[in-house]
Amino acid sequence: MTDTVAGDSEAADLETFRVETRAWLEANCPPEMRKPATSDADVFWGGRNAKFSSEPQRVWFERMRDKGWTVPDWPKEYGGGGLSAVEHKVLRAEMGRIGARPPLSSFGIWMLGPALLKYGNEAQKKEHLPKIAAGLIRWCQGYSEPNAGSDLASLQTRAESDGDDFVITGQKIWTSYANYADWIFCLVRTDPTAKKHDGISFILFDMASKGVTTKPILLISGYSPFCETFFDNVRVPKSQVVGTVNRGWDVAKYLLQHERAMISGMGERGVGRPLGQIAADSVGTDAAGRLDDAMLRGRIASFDVDEAALAACAERAVDLAKAGQAHPAFSSAMKYYGTELNKRRYEILMSAGGVDALEWESERSRQGARPRAWLRTKANSIEGGTSEVMLGIVAKRILDLPGA
Amino acid sequence: MALVLTEEQSMLRDSARGLISDKAPVSHLRHLRDSKDPTGFSKEFWHSFAEMGFAGLLVPEEFGGSGLGFVEAGVIMEEIGRTLMPSPFLATSVVAASALNRGGNAAQKAEFLPKISSGSLLATLAIDEGAKHRPLQTNLQAVRAGNGFKLSGAKALVVDGHVADLLIVAARTVGSPGEREGLTLFLVNPAAKGVAVERTIMVDAHNAARIEFANVEVDADSVLGEVDQGAGLLDGVLDIGRGAVASEMVGLSEEVFGRTVEYLKSRKQFGKLIGEFQALQHRAAELYVDIEITRAAVMKALQALDADIAKAASAVAVAKARAGTTATRAVQEGVQMHGGMGMTDQFDIGFFMKRARVCEELFGDANYHTEQLARARGY
Ligand SMILES: Cc1cc2nc3c(=O)[nH]c(=O)nc-3n(C[C@H](O)[C@H](O)[C@H](O)COP(=O)(O)OP(=O)(O)OC[C@H]3O[C@@H](n4cnc5c(N)ncnc54)[C@H](O)[C@@H]3O)c2cc1C
Ligand SMILES: Cc1cc2nc3c(=O)[nH]c(=O)nc-3n(C[C@H](O)[C@H](O)[C@H](O)COP(=O)(O)OP(=O)(O)OC[C@H]3O[C@@H](n4cnc5c(N)ncnc54)[C@H](O)[C@@H]3O)c2cc1C
Repeated sequence: MTDTVAGDSEAADLETFRVETRAWLEANCPPEMRKPATSDADVFWGGRNAKFSSEPQRVWFERMRDKGWTVPDWPKEYGGGGLSAVEHKVLRAEMGRIGARPPLSSFGIWMLGPALLKYGNEAQKKEHLPKIAAGLIRWCQGYSEPNAGSDLASLQTRAESDGDDFVITGQKIWTSYANYADWIFCLVRTDPTAKKHDGISFILFDMASKGVTTKPILLISGYSPFCETFFDNVRVPKSQVVGTVNRGWDVAKYLLQHERAMISGMGERGVGRPLGQIAADSVGTDAAGRLDDAMLRGRIASFDVDEAALAACAERAVDLAKAGQAHPAFSSAMKYYGTELNKRRYEILMSAGGVDALEWESERSRQGARPRAWLRTKANSIEGGTSEVMLGIVAKRILDLPGA
Repeated sequence: MALVLTEEQSMLRDSARGLISDKAPVSHLRHLRDSKDPTGFSKEFWHSFAEMGFAGLLVPEEFGGSGLGFVEAGVIMEEIGRTLMPSPFLATSVVAASALNRGGNAAQKAEFLPKISSGSLLATLAIDEGAKHRPLQTNLQAVRAGNGFKLSGAKALVVDGHVADLLIVAARTVGSPGEREGLTLFLVNPAAKGVAVERTIMVDAHNAARIEFANVEVDADSVLGEVDQGAGLLDGVLDIGRGAVASEMVGLSEEVFGRTVEYLKSRKQFGKLIGEFQALQHRAAELYVDIEITRAAVMKALQALDADIAKAASAVAVAKARAGTTATRAVQEGVQMHGGMGMTDQFDIGFFMKRARVCEELFGDANYHTEQLARARGY
């Protein structure tokens, strides 16, 4: 028990951090930023052409950026907050306490950053990480192709060696926000003769490069968050390959773990008020104050049980990772459950909203916010790897079941 | 607090697992069942348990216990769940010890807690009266008589009721079924006049009894906690029991699942290991995810109990509800994926299915706890 004293002072430091963080958030998070964003337009994504949708959004972003808290756990030298895992947990809990939304949403934060921190060289980290942290560059993800979805490693976009450059030709699809993004992290085939996993490289380039074009695709939600992306002899310096040439699959998989962990969080993202109370607005309550639809009430209660349990599991996943006990494929398990749960949430919201949730275009319905959000959630169990693929990964990598 | 076991807790788990898997594997339960053992558990093993400090795990050190918390109790329960060992640990060391420790006066604690720690006293809570767990429906009557009370009524599913040396009986001193006001807990000696204990052989071959009380006289000193105000004490004690049973169900689920996955890797049909069939792979993967999520929810509840019992109710409801649905799924898939083998008594899987069914009813099933959460959230 010799480390009791050290343990106690650590706990005291953490408590001080909590108190200070709470006070700082109280003083600095504008009231408007203490509720979830109501639409994609209400989310701040950063980038060269970024515009703030409101003054509070700008203020909140700038204050958090100045503390390095757009990326609280990244090292300070790369524009992060330098927080330890436990401090980061405290910050998340304190933001959650007041419902503070993230100041900056970005594929750079969720996906590329962690991959660069692990696989990037020093020049790449210095070049890209601070711009992600400061919201200066917006990134998109060039993974999927028309014939390479779940079977991502069969991708065909070619990168031909030409002196110090690669020359890239091919097509990506479902590239989220490609038409708004400044840069892309992209998977390309650098060795067409190798086995499919062994000839892929992970490369970064500017979307303003000559030969890049994008064509938006309309989603069933009526929004157009993604594109077909075409590369016609795009010239990219070889220095922009992350990790080793032909070993890009390692980087790609590592990035996917982070992407999946991020997407799984959707299942525990409260809509603000408890579902049961939202439902009461439209369904009504009986004399005892219970929802006037016993079957719906039961579905909501079961949902609430599962949502609370998932939140505990997400917390535990972080703690396990910190303790070095996490299975690398665990994010696939979380992604599966979180996205299926989020779909359940929106099925309940539609069912609770009844006729009120059907309107598609009007002020009253905030341009059909609920049905459009409902439809958007159907992609959760597809994007970042489908539910079936997640279950396959769990079966093979975690349970070690036989068969490829 | 991190949702992972500390080093000390992991060591506790390892020593409990070593002891239980060595001395009381599933064949131990099978032997007790087949020999119609009158005690229904191994007294000798219970003494080793006490020597390891497990019997008094939750009892404060001043009363000879180990003074540990609910996370630690959950660690032991989980190991019990892995081999389905019938043990007084739940009724005596978790539920009764907590009731006495939280509700007892100085004299009551001094009298009973050291005996629980040493393993020499078995105690249990007698709560349920109807088919389902409905604590507020308690209707066993306690009427004032002379210096004390007279108890009349009956209790069902009294865990270890056939061997207990001390019964903690929930009774109604005023009001009617459904009301919080008017519940009182009594310490009753099962040898007292008017107490009739009938051992009930249950589906899971664990230990329980029906107990009738016909004008059983107890004196005023036998009240545990406050007269008429027992609901608060009961809430906390029941939540502790729920957290413990949820832990047992996590251990049980994981064990069934582990055995099932092994079977998928060894049984061949159609010239392949059945674990190669994607229809089974995906179901196994879903079950894995379910168990992991439930494990986290149960750990969260145990930590919440350790932090503040009065604020743990929702976390406990989530844990017990999840444990119920998860264990039910685990045992059903376990039997199904073993095919005809899973249906045989000779094979252990059926024992897990039976125990899961009893655990589901103990201290409230998934429906009960899901309903509690809905009420707590006001809809
Ligand atoms: C909203 C949205 C945003 C996206 N954003 C991006 C992005 O920014 N960048 C990017 O690169 N990609 C993006 N994607 C693409 C996404 O990663 C792919 O859609 C996904 O990997 C599935 O590929 P697919 O659409 O080709 O479906 P397919 O792979 O053709 O799958 C069709 C169906 O078959 C099932 N299936 C496939 N293989 C198996 C198997 N082995 N076992 C069992 N079932 C199987 C799938 O689960 C699915 O149900 C996005 C997708 C959506 C919907
Ligand atoms: C009560 C009872 C009575 C019976 N009575 C008779 C009787 O009178 N006469 C008789 O001849 N037989 C009888 N049987 C045997 C019964 O027909 C078999 O148990 C059944 O066909 C399954 O075979 P198995 O037990 O070998 O399981 P297995 O075939 O080993 O199956 C194990 C698991 O693998 C799954 N599985 C197997 N193949 C696949 C696949 N390709 N894809 C996906 N999953 C797969 C199964 O669904 C099962 O969950 C009886 C069985 C029981 C339980």
